[in-house]
Amino acid sequence: MRLSAGGQINREKEILFRFQGRSYSGFEGDTLASALLANDVRLVGRSFKYHRPRGLMSDGSQEPNGLVELHKGDQITPNVRMTMQELHGGLDARAQNYWGSLNWDMLELNDLLSPWLGAGFYYKTFMWPKSFWEKVYEPFIRRAAGLGSLSMAHNTDRYDKAFAHCDVLVVGSGPAGIMAAVTAAKAGADVILCEEDFRFGGRLNSEIHDIGGMPCADWAKAKISELADMENVRLMKRTTVTGAYDGGTYGALERVSHHVAVPGAAPLETFWRIVAKSCVYAAGAMERPIAFRNNDRPGVMMASAVRGYVNRYGVSPGRKVAVFGNNDDCFHTAKDLQEAGVTVSAVIDSRADSTVSGDFPIYRGAVVTDVIGRRGVDAIRIDRGGNPLQIDADCLGISGGWNPTVHLTCHLGGRPQWNENIAAFIPIPGMVPGLEVAGAAGGSFSTKACLKSGIFRAKEVLKTLGLKTRAPNCPEAEDAPTVISPLWAVPGKGRAWLDFQNDVTVKDVHLAAQENFRSVEHMKRYTTQGMAPDQGKNSNVNALAVLADATGRTIPDTGTTTFRPPYTPVSIAAMGAYAQGDGFAPQRFTTSHDVSVDREAPMIEAGLWYRPSYFPAAGETHWRQSCDREVGYVRNAVGVCDVSTLGKIDIQGPGAAEFLDFVYTNTFSTLKTGRVRYGLMLREDGFVMDDGTTARLAPDHFVMTTTTAAAGQVMRHLEFVSQVLRPDLDVNFISVTEQWAQFAVAGPQARSLLNSILDEEIDNSSFPFMSCGEVALGGINGRLFRISFSGEHAYEIAVPSRYGESLFELLVAQADALEGGAYGMEALNVLRIEKGFITHAEIHGRVTAFDIGMERMISPKKDCIGKTAAARSALISEDRDRLVGLKPVGSVKEMNAGAFLFAPDAEPTREHQQGYTSSICYSPTLGSTLALAFVRNGPSRIGEQLKLVDHLRGVETLVEICSPVFFDPEGGRARG
Amino acid sequence: MVDLAAKSPAAGLLPVSHGDLVLQESDIQEIWSIAPFSGAERAVSAALRKSLKMSLPPIGRATRTGSAKLLWAGRDVYFLVGSGLPAKLNAAVTDQSDAWCCVTLEGAHVEAVLARICPLDLRNMETGSVARSLLGHMTAIIVKIDNGYELMVFRAFAKTLVHELQDAMRSVDAQTHLSD
Repeated sequence: MRLSAGGQINREKEILFRFQGRSYSGFEGDTLASALLANDVRLVGRSFKYHRPRGLMSDGSQEPNGLVELHKGDQITPNVRMTMQELHGGLDARAQNYWGSLNWDMLELNDLLSPWLGAGFYYKTFMWPKSFWEKVYEPFIRRAAGLGSLSMAHNTDRYDKAFAHCDVLVVGSGPAGIMAAVTAAKAGADVILCEEDFRFGGRLNSEIHDIGGMPCADWAKAKISELADMENVRLMKRTTVTGAYDGGTYGALERVSHHVAVPGAAPLETFWRIVAKSCVYAAGAMERPIAFRNNDRPGVMMASAVRGYVNRYGVSPGRKVAVFGNNDDCFHTAKDLQEAGVTVSAVIDSRADSTVSGDFPIYRGAVVTDVIGRRGVDAIRIDRGGNPLQIDADCLGISGGWNPTVHLTCHLGGRPQWNENIAAFIPIPGMVPGLEVAGAAGGSFSTKACLKSGIFRAKEVLKTLGLKTRAPNCPEAEDAPTVISPLWAVPGKGRAWLDFQNDVTVKDVHLAAQENFRSVEHMKRYTTQGMAPDQGKNSNVNALAVLADATGRTIPDTGTTTFRPPYTPVSIAAMGAYAQGDGFAPQRFTTSHDVSVDREAPMIEAGLWYRPSYFPAAGETHWRQSCDREVGYVRNAVGVCDVSTLGKIDIQGPGAAEFLDFVYTNTFSTLKTGRVRYGLMLREDGFVMDDGTTARLAPDHFVMTTTTAAAGQVMRHLEFVSQVLRPDLDVNFISVTEQWAQFAVAGPQARSLLNSILDEEIDNSSFPFMSCGEVALGGINGRLFRISFSGEHAYEIAVPSRYGESLFELLVAQADALEGGAYGMEALNVLRIEKGFITHAEIHGRVTAFDIGMERMISPKKDCIGKTAAARSALISEDRDRLVGLKPVGSVKEMNAGAFLFAPDAEPTREHQQGYTSSICYSPTLGSTLALAFVRNGPSRIGEQLKLVDHLRGVETLVEICSPVFFDPEGGRARG
Repeated sequence: MVDLAAKSPAAGLLPVSHGDLVLQESDIQEIWSIAPFSGAERAVSAALRKSLKMSLPPIGRATRTGSAKLLWAGRDVYFLVGSGLPAKLNAAVTDQSDAWCCVTLEGAHVEAVLARICPLDLRNMETGSVARSLLGHMTAIIVKIDNGYELMVFRAFAKTLVHELQDAMRSVDAQTHLSD
C-alpha cells in the first residue's frame, strides 16, 4: 500500500512496469520490490525445493525470495534481486521457479511430500539403480528445484572489468562510512567510497531520526555532496565490494546499466579490482529472523525492512502490521509505522522484562507460534505464558537482533568472535591487513557510535599512510544501547524456516545433528543451509545457534562456516569481460597474413601466431593435394614460406660468445663472422629446451633463432642466465622477432629466385651453406642466411617488417614464374620429417640430447647449462625411448602421431608398450607414409618390425624401424 | 631493381574515435634500443647529450628534444624514438624501428579507458612518465603525454591492441551517456 506522503521517491514521475505479464505503476526512486508492495503484490516467487509461496523478506541485497528474471532472448538475466532493481520504464520482470503459474504452482505438491523430502533425502533415495542418476533423477531434480534459467544461447550483453587504485577504500556509505570518507578525504588521501545501493547513505535512507539536527537521510545527502566536490574522492554507487584478496586488493561489482531501459554500448556490470593501501570497512549489519512455524509466509518480513519500505519508499507492506522481536529495536519499527499512520496491531516481545513502551498493544514474554494464511498473512497465533491468542494482521515484522556484516573481514581465513552483549559475531582486529572495521559491521549499533567509529577508524588508517588530520566533529545522533535477549527458534510443531532460499528448516538442522553431522561445515553440506545465492546471509547465525542447541554446545564452540568471496553473486561474464571471442587471447599476425588469407589459405594457430596451413590451388578439393604440390615446389623448383614467427634474439657484447657457449651445448665462440651454426639448448635438468640456428654478424654480435613455440621461454631463460648465473659476462640482448620479416626460399631454384631480386647477385662462394650476411633489395638493407629446414638448397631472407608484405608478394610472384610457389605449414612439416629434422613434437620436454641422437653435440671441452644433469646414468641409458624413423611394411599404410608401438605378436596394452610416434606425414617424394618415433633402444633396432596401434582411431599397422633421415641422408642437396 | 612498399603496423585499422576519445597511429620512422655495456652508462649518456641534447633518463621517465624522445624501456635499456643514431656508442644498439606498433590515445576519459585493460596505478603517471606493463594480455610500453598516452606493443599485436582499446573506448564513452 502506497502511503499518502513520505519517502525518497519522486511522486511527480510515474513509471509503468510489468511483473508476470501484468502492468503496474510505481515512482522514480522505487525498487521493483517497493513498487510491487505499493501495488499490494505479496506473492513474488516460489521456494527452491518445496515451491512454497514466498514474499519479500528484506529491503536489501540479502533478499532470499524476491528473485526475478529480466530481459529476453539471449540476454535473459536470472536471479536479479527485486530489492536491488531500480524501477525504470519498460521493466519486464518474471518470477522464477514455478511450474504452471506463480499462483497455482503444480510443484507445490512437493510441499505435501515434505515429510519425505527432508535433509539428506537425495543422498538416501536416489542411489539405485545407478544408471538412473544421470538419465532420470538428476534432470528431474534440476527441473523441479532451482533458480532462474539461462537462454543457453551466446549472451550478447556487454560486461566490463576494470582496475582502480586508492589510498583509502571505504566500504559502505552509512553513518560510519560517510564519517570515515570525510575524515580521510580531508586529510588529503585518495578515497574511493563504494555503496551497494543506488543512493548513498546506507541505513540512513531507511530511518527518520536526526543527525546534527536534520533528518538523517538529508544529513547523508549533504555529506555526500560535500565529498562529491572533492577532487581526491571517487564515489562509486551501485557497487558492491564482493571480496578481500591478498595485497590490499578488493573485488567489487558495479551494476552499471541495470537501471536504464536502453543501455546502448554500456555494460550491464563492471567487475572492479580495487587496489587500496588501506580500507575502512563499514558494511553495516543485517537484521536476522526468528524461526517459527510458517515464518516464510508472504507478508512475514524483517522488521527493519518493514520500516525501510515505509520510511524510504512511502510504502507500507501491510495495513495491520504486527511486530515480533527479542530486542528493543522492534519497538523502533512499531513507532515508525505509527508515525506513518499505519495500524500496529501488536508488538510481541519475547522478553518478559523489557521496558520499552508504545501506544499499541504489547505482549511481553510472548512468542509467535504460527502464521495463518497461505499466499499471505491473514493472522498470527501467539503464545503468552501458555495462553494461545490469535491476532489479526496482514504483515508481520520480525527482529531477532542484528548480525554485523563480517563477511569481507573473514575472506583471508580469519574467524569472527562471538559477542554476548549484542548476541552476534564481530570481527577481530587484523583479520585483513590494512583493513579497519567501523560502525555496525564491528558491532557498534547506535548511530552516534557509528559516526564516532567512522572517524576513529579513518584516523587509524591515516596513521599507517603517514597522513595527519584534524578529525571532523562528530554530530549529535541517537545513541540507544543494544538490549537483546537471544531467541533463535520458537519451539513447537510444524516447519520453522531458517534458510528461506534453500528451504532448510529447524527440523533439518536437528536431523543433521542426529545423523552425526555435528560440525557446522558438515551440517551446512548435509542440509544445504547457506549454499544458495544469498550464501546464508539470513540464516547462518540462526542455523548454527540451532545446531549448538541440538548438540549441547555453545555458539562460539560451534563456530561459523567459512566466509568466502563473493559477498553477493558476481556474473562470470563480468569477471571474464574482454575475454570473449577475439579477446580470449591476443593474436599475432605476420606481415604476410592478409596476402595468405587472400589466397584462401586456412590459418592455423602456432602459439599466439597465425600461420598458413596450405595455399589451395584451383581444382584442389583436399588439403593433401595442396600439401603434396607444395612439397614438390621445394623438392623440384622453389618454395616460399613465411618464417617470421620463429624467435629472433639480437645478442651483443664483449661476453656474447662466451655466453652462447654457456647456454648452448655446442661451441659458438669458434664460429666465424658471417657464418651460421645449429645449436641445441638444455634446461638445467638436462632435458632439451629448444634448438635453432645462431648467426655471427660481427665478433661481438649474434642473432639467435628459436622455435616459434619456445621464443618466450628462451628469452626468459637467457635473462635468467644473464642476471643470475653469469652476471660476470657483459652481454645484452633484445628480441628482434617483430623487427624482421623473414622468409624461407627453398629448392633447387632458390638462388635463381634470389638473384632476380637482390641488388647484387650471390653465388656458392659468396654465400656457401651455413653462411650469412647483409644484402640489399632495391636499396633496402636486408639479411640473408643460407640455412635449410627442408634439406634443399635454401635461404632465409629478412627485411624490416614494414616491407614484409611487399617482399612476400614479390617472392611468391617470382617463385610462381619458376614453377614453384608459396608453401604452408603442412608442406613444411612433410619436408622436415623427410629429413628427420626435429620440432617440439619431438623435443616435447621429456627427451634428452641422447634420446634424439645428439649426445655428441654436448661439447666435452666446456661447461654448459644442463651438462652435468644430462650425464646422469638414467638419462643416457640404452633402454630409453630414442628417436628413429618408421615405415609401413604391411598392407595397412596409415600411421598416426601419438600411436603406441608394440612387438608384432604382443597384446597392445600398457605393459607391452615399446615406444610411441611423435610426427607422421605422407611423403609425396618417397610415395610412402613416414613416421618419427621414440622406440626403446631404437637406434640399435634398425630393421626390426613393430606393431603400431592407435587405440583412439582403431588403427593397427605393421612397421619397420629405420633411420629418421628418410631423404638425402648425405645432405648433398643443401650444399649444392 | 625491385621496389618494396612500406606498410605501417596499424595500417587500415586506425584512426578510430568514440566520443571525445581518439586513438591514432603515431608516425614513427625510427626506434633504436640502446643498452649500455657494463660501466658505460655515463659515457653513453654524455655522448647522447652531446649529439642529441638528451641524457639517458632515470627509471620510469622519458626525455624529449623536439620530435625525438629517449625512453627508459626496461632494465638497463633505453629507446631512442624518432631520431637517427648518433656516432658509435659503447652500447648494444639494435634497430627496433619496425618492431613496435605505436599509438596515441587521447581524450578526457583516457584514464577510464586504460583502467579497463591496464593494471597500472595511473595516479603515478605525469607527462614524461614511462611504464612497462600490460595492455590486456600484451606487454607494453606506456608513456604519459599531455592529453593522453602513447602506447607501444609488438608490431604483430596491432590488431589485438586496436580491438582491446576500442572495446574499452566504446564502453567508457557509452557510460558517459547513462543517466545517474
